[in-house]
Amino acid sequence: MELTLWTYEGPPHVGAMRIASSMKDIHYVLHAPQGDTYADLLFTMIERRGQRPPVTYTTFQARDLGGDTAELVKKNIKEAVERFKPKTLLVGESCTAELIQDQPGALAKGMGFDMPIVNLELPAYSKKENWGASETFYQLTRTLLKEKVSYSEKISPLRWKEFGRRPKVNIIGPSLLGFRCRDDVIEIQRILSEQGIDTNVVAPLGANPDDIERLIDAEINICLYPEIAEAACEWLKRNFGMEYTNTIPIGIKNTIEFINEVHKKLDLPLTNKKELENKSKLPWYSKSVDSNYLTGKRVFIFGDGTHAIAAAKIAKEELGFEVVGLGTYSREMARQVRATAKDLNLEALITNNYLAVEDAMKKAAPELVLGTQMERHSAKRLGIPCSVISTPMHVQDVPARYSPQMGWEGANVIFDDWVHPLMMGLEEHLIDMFKHDFEFVDGHQSHLGHTATKAKETLNSDEKEKNSKEGIIWTESGRAELTKVPFFVRGKVKTNTEKYAILRGIPEISDETLYDAKAYFS
Amino acid sequence: MSKVEFNKETGPREVFCGLTSIVWLHRRMPDAFFLVVGSRTCAHLIQSAAGVMIFAEPRFGTAILEEKDLAGLADAHEELDRVVKDLIGRRPEIKTLFLVGSCPSEVIKLDLATVAEKLNKRFLGQVRFVNYSGSGIETTFTQGEDGALKALIPLMKSSDDEKLLLVGTLANNVEDRFKKIFGNLGISNIESFPPRQSTELPKIGKNTKVLLTQPYLSDTVRDLKHRGCEIISAPFPLGIEGSTEWFLAAAKAFKINELKVHEIISPLINRAKLALESHKEILKGKRLFLLPESQLEISLARFLHNECEMDLIEVGTPYLNKDLMKEEINLLPDNTKIVEGQHVEKQLDRVRESNPDLVVCGMGLANPLEAEGISTKWSIEMVFSPIHGIDQAADLAGLFSKPLKRNQILTSKTLVTH
Repeated sequence: MELTLWTYEGPPHVGAMRIASSMKDIHYVLHAPQGDTYADLLFTMIERRGQRPPVTYTTFQARDLGGDTAELVKKNIKEAVERFKPKTLLVGESCTAELIQDQPGALAKGMGFDMPIVNLELPAYSKKENWGASETFYQLTRTLLKEKVSYSEKISPLRWKEFGRRPKVNIIGPSLLGFRCRDDVIEIQRILSEQGIDTNVVAPLGANPDDIERLIDAEINICLYPEIAEAACEWLKRNFGMEYTNTIPIGIKNTIEFINEVHKKLDLPLTNKKELENKSKLPWYSKSVDSNYLTGKRVFIFGDGTHAIAAAKIAKEELGFEVVGLGTYSREMARQVRATAKDLNLEALITNNYLAVEDAMKKAAPELVLGTQMERHSAKRLGIPCSVISTPMHVQDVPARYSPQMGWEGANVIFDDWVHPLMMGLEEHLIDMFKHDFEFVDGHQSHLGHTATKAKETLNSDEKEKNSKEGIIWTESGRAELTKVPFFVRGKVKTNTEKYAILRGIPEISDETLYDAKAYFS
Repeated sequence: MSKVEFNKETGPREVFCGLTSIVWLHRRMPDAFFLVVGSRTCAHLIQSAAGVMIFAEPRFGTAILEEKDLAGLADAHEELDRVVKDLIGRRPEIKTLFLVGSCPSEVIKLDLATVAEKLNKRFLGQVRFVNYSGSGIETTFTQGEDGALKALIPLMKSSDDEKLLLVGTLANNVEDRFKKIFGNLGISNIESFPPRQSTELPKIGKNTKVLLTQPYLSDTVRDLKHRGCEIISAPFPLGIEGSTEWFLAAAKAFKINELKVHEIISPLINRAKLALESHKEILKGKRLFLLPESQLEISLARFLHNECEMDLIEVGTPYLNKDLMKEEINLLPDNTKIVEGQHVEKQLDRVRESNPDLVVCGMGLANPLEAEGISTKWSIEMVFSPIHGIDQAADLAGLFSKPLKRNQILTSKTLVTH
């Protein structure tokens, strides 16, 4: 049993709903009690969807348990098929139905329908949402394509040359409730098309079962979100020989790397290599003198595996930040996140406990947090600027404007989204610096609201404490110097100085000790 | 009883389960913690219903069952013990801990009553444990509050003092208003259940006169009756009419002259009628369809018809206790169609066929209906907003007039191009 106050991911059947809702002509019969219908609002409220998710909940009640819940399942399947006439039916159960073992998938298969039926077994007590989405998309692909496996020769990534047409690829992984998938797909299609590559199928987002059967008309797969796409891409590789890409095109370097990888796989000559450097404004914006102040900004990153790893690379190599924390809630991506963290001399934080993330954030004393909606709340409490880079998200993370994360425009969006909160942070610093000037209006409203002011007050009151917990005394000059340190690093400077004092056996901290410690730790 | 048409419907539903009521119950009693014993789905449901998480640590959480807990029940009890101990260590300010059963815990027959009993012994004098079920196989949405309150009744001490007991969660400001008005009427011994502190439970007995503020408390009412309490029969204090009848019923139980009631509440009624006018102008003659969710639907229908002159197409309710709703049903217009239970697809067919001006529904259905051109009001807002009493009648009407007004604004052309 695990105490959970809040969870980054929903249960696996919500992942299945993400696949079903992303697609057309699919219906999902979910053996579940009435409360599980809450999941509809994730789609209709967060994504502002104008359609209900294509899901029928069997809505069994306590009084049904003594009787025949299997009959109830069959009745609901029959009604759903008659009403919605899906081309493919997904059948599964949520956590409670898993316990009563009606095997709805098997029941559905025995009902004599001629449409393909995907029996989803998603263990609710050990797996989570992203796994459920991945497994559902994999099972769906497998069900719709397995009959073609034996007849088919391995697909050569070079066959477009024989066919005398432009190469064709599939874009795999974008789904509803994924981070900016809607716009990433447009951006990636635009990039591919510029390179003379056609998109065969985008799935699951916007695809129907016929499209899934057409996946094998393409030469290779673009595995855009490995959390969801990798299992299906791997199956297509194993059974049809379809190669798939590994590079996630988030950030300039990765976008260029991605284009290179696609060309290499397709054996398509890359003719506009030089041009690629100038496709996005990010490199120049980052190089322009105004961005000098971004150098070494301390940034803390937490999110799903794909976005966290990409953010670390952009932060370090494209914006010149210092990554002071990196982590993910995706256990499936733990290995890769750990490896990236190691390259940054950090230990990765792999957890589903947001309070542990908040603690790590506090300790790292960052100037910018890149995280999920939850880190936005935590950062707000700590008075630190934040930009959301990953699901789980709220309605404001599904913006009306075109705002991808991937490709050239994605890099532009990222520059703006990450740098603006920092500029506001700088403004915050200036407010702090100039607050003693007579022109300064008392009660100036911080963009962070009153939370930030309170956070500062707490820090200030900490500073007023005469002695540290370890019994080290701050002298008048020491305390005066500490107040001159910008508020967002003051906590860190205080801790470091005390650490230094203990290390050196210095009983009293003066202004000089502060500078000694600064030199020691730099 | 007016000639109301009763129907029952079964089938797939689109409603929250009883766990959702934790969202307002934990705010009402800031010294209580609600620990759901359930699955990741339960945790995800409550956080999704609660919306934006602004607290560092909420006073609700889920002990998520894992595969190893399902393997053997003895383990599950020990595990729950461990989780509770950790939790109390973390949150020493907690005075009452609700162990809340869920669909999975009910299905595996996890005996939370026994667990609560054991924990009560261990943490005697520090934390009290009570248990109830908020599972979706037994409860819908607001019924969770019914379960929580029922679970507290055995902890309430007996007293034969005459008092008025307001039962059902109210917004604090509304509660204060009610107490003031009752005070003016001459009823001074008033308490509320649930109280603002979980440890300050009212004493009850044969001279306790219970006045319900919410219509979804069937089980609580039954147990209060068993404890000797008198239940005052009245409509619910929504809108001017309901609130007036509600005050009158209470006054009658305390043998207070009806004239005195009118004298005190007349100025409030006049003021409220004035405030209601602008909303009525928008709502008048508009056709309303209420989908089942909170059990407030019948009272809302009565208010929106009788005071705002809306036409009722269908009044859905997840559950109907005809006895508790007797006074409300009496006030409904003839031929009102009440549907208990739900077949969401058939009901939506009826929505489309009847082409209503406004549909009251859950959040999962609101945007899809809007996309079809049908204005909606989410029902969850009724349990989060202060809507009770005469002074709030206009605010209550405002919840329904706003979407219609917005629609009007967005489809109107008021500024010409110069």
